[in-house]
Amino acid sequence: MRDVAIVSFSQLPSVKAIDATDEPELVQPVTSDAMKQLGLTQDDIGFTCSGSTDYLPGRPFSFVAAVDGLKAWPPIRESHVEMDGAFALYEAWVRLMHGDIDTALVFSFGKSSLGPVPDILNLQNDPYYVQPLGLDSISAAALQAQAMIDAGKATERDFAEVVARSRMNAIDNPNAHIKGDFSVDEMLEEPYISSPLRKSFCSPLSDSAAAIVLAVEDRARELVKRPAWIRGIDHRTEPHALGQRDLTTSPSSKLAAEKAGLVQGKVDLAELHAPFAHQELILREAMGLGDEVSVNPSGGALAANSLMTAGLIRFGEAASRILSGDAGRALAHTTNGVCLQHNLVAILEGE
Amino acid sequence: MAEPCAVIGIGQTKHRESRRDLSIPGLVRDAALRALQDADMTWKDIDSIVIGTAPDMFEGVMTPELWLSDALGAAGKPMFRVHTAGSVGGSTAVVAAHLIQGGVHEKVLTLAFEKQSESNAMWALSPAIPFQPQLVAGAGGYFAPLMRSYIRRADAHPDTGCMVAVKDRQHGLLNPNAHLHLDQTLEQVKASPMLWDPIRYSETCPSSDGAVAMVLVSEKHAGRVKNPAWVKGTSVRTERTFFAGRDQVNPAAGKLCAKDVYDEAGIRNPLKEIDCAEVYVPFSWFEPMWLENLGFAEQGEGWKMTMEGKTKIGGEMPWNMSGGVMCTNPIGASGMLRFAESARQVRGTAERHQVDGAKVALGHAYGGGSQFFAMWIVSSER
Repeated sequence: MRDVAIVSFSQLPSVKAIDATDEPELVQPVTSDAMKQLGLTQDDIGFTCSGSTDYLPGRPFSFVAAVDGLKAWPPIRESHVEMDGAFALYEAWVRLMHGDIDTALVFSFGKSSLGPVPDILNLQNDPYYVQPLGLDSISAAALQAQAMIDAGKATERDFAEVVARSRMNAIDNPNAHIKGDFSVDEMLEEPYISSPLRKSFCSPLSDSAAAIVLAVEDRARELVKRPAWIRGIDHRTEPHALGQRDLTTSPSSKLAAEKAGLVQGKVDLAELHAPFAHQELILREAMGLGDEVSVNPSGGALAANSLMTAGLIRFGEAASRILSGDAGRALAHTTNGVCLQHNLVAILEGE
Repeated sequence: MAEPCAVIGIGQTKHRESRRDLSIPGLVRDAALRALQDADMTWKDIDSIVIGTAPDMFEGVMTPELWLSDALGAAGKPMFRVHTAGSVGGSTAVVAAHLIQGGVHEKVLTLAFEKQSESNAMWALSPAIPFQPQLVAGAGGYFAPLMRSYIRRADAHPDTGCMVAVKDRQHGLLNPNAHLHLDQTLEQVKASPMLWDPIRYSETCPSSDGAVAMVLVSEKHAGRVKNPAWVKGTSVRTERTFFAGRDQVNPAAGKLCAKDVYDEAGIRNPLKEIDCAEVYVPFSWFEPMWLENLGFAEQGEGWKMTMEGKTKIGGEMPWNMSGGVMCTNPIGASGMLRFAESARQVRGTAERHQVDGAKVALGHAYGGGSQFFAMWIVSSER
């Protein structure tokens, strides 16, 4: 296996709506910036991979247009996943193991503003038995949150405290969508959207795009002083039907974290992709992240959540703190599917 | 540096216009079980699953792999989803091969599917995109002008397309899994209605329900079967959509992708060193176009190979022995079917459509408006 590192990261500030931009216009600024930080151009990139979903723009093969935001001429080695960009990073990491190329560009884009995201996410459910029930993503998450309360694992106040800490952390993050000093008591006064979830317990829906450059071994050391080495990366899935899972736990993130090498040393920080407050608690418990770990110093998905991009941003936020020397070892996580069905975990480390 | 990778299990559904007897989970499970059986394996033996289909909107399920995880025994395993337009089946197999070659996993199940009877591909592919002229007539309307351009450039015999249709349908008669079993004459194909000049009705692919699966393993596990197909070269290449420098008749991405796999497999002369090929030909005229694009014929000469019968089973360079996309087109699976059929040939398991003594074969897929290409070379020799 070859050592692969994250060597640069770029993101568009997450906002409610980035109006009047098509796919190339979202992708071009972040990809060119991620390469420019290293003095690279597309001609220096060995493999390019992206993540996005057709269900945001509402048309098939929407990612085809995104390639026009790149200098894909002469033709490039390129692939795409219908998942968060963090999974595109995983495919690029696998591709770099092949040995013939030394750099990869990963990007993703998501304009949540184009449609009713919670309703769209119902289309991830079983089309014969569940979709007709109209189980939107907030209602599904509410079932999970209620299961936590029923199991005595958390209270609504715990949820509110996660939100308060996340959005306080986000104050220093110029790219966050919602940030500030949120009062726990005031949040607990908000009306329910879907009991026991109140508005603040849910992530905002944001528009954004992000890009990361990966490089191998000596190539990484040439490009930056302190590469964020991917010490391990793994993803695992769970049964789909909600009734087949204990929604208050996350065995897939536990297993992925083990396989990624979490047990081999403490992490300073963890960037967790938890679109709902209670999911951060589930993930922390599953991966055994105690109070000594700084969770979501960027604010996490509760401060900015661009569909298909928020996961890649977790990787970028964790890596930037290693690239800058502020952290030694970090965990980056991304989730996929209803109620944390599928989880990806990586351990990043400085030299 | 890459670890050797072998295909030791291949399974596919019977492809039909409508598999009303199988749900989508049933369809993928049917193909996966056949591949596992072929590899003498069970679900427990599989480390990782890589699945492809495209696009999600056909069946109206977003990221359907999440839903299909139960049918594929994926709980506790990595299940990865690839989505690269019509080339997706090929790109998916390439990702699976890289998991083995990169030493990440040792036993990977890869599969691709489409249930076109639960969708309407032509209209799903014809959306009205703001500020773009609407492509109201599906893929055929997009590709027909490119074929006319090919005919003009190559001064091709006007019957070439019809000859491809007759040949692929004759091959399809030898393949019990093929969707279309049509014993057609050249006269019958020529008499079928013209849809998008020069494409007649009988020169188009069908809309099919189907799935295909393969088990890929590292060298350590290849001995489970006596006839593994070794992956000798893989590549994916993409070019831009809106770019005046493109030549869509003979795309640079296709040429470069072929060069990648030939270089990796050590092939200098594909016509001499490759025994047969399964190539993505959804409309008849793509056979001569791709014969040239992939270096099997000089520019302007591809149609002559077809007219001389060289691409038939028993000819100098058999193409699409299974009947190809012209007989079977579950879109998301069509690319992987090409890859799987090329592996069957070098394993010697292609039954009635086997090319005698095939040792080296090319699997090819393309997608979009010919921007996306995926290919592999498989061989009976490690």
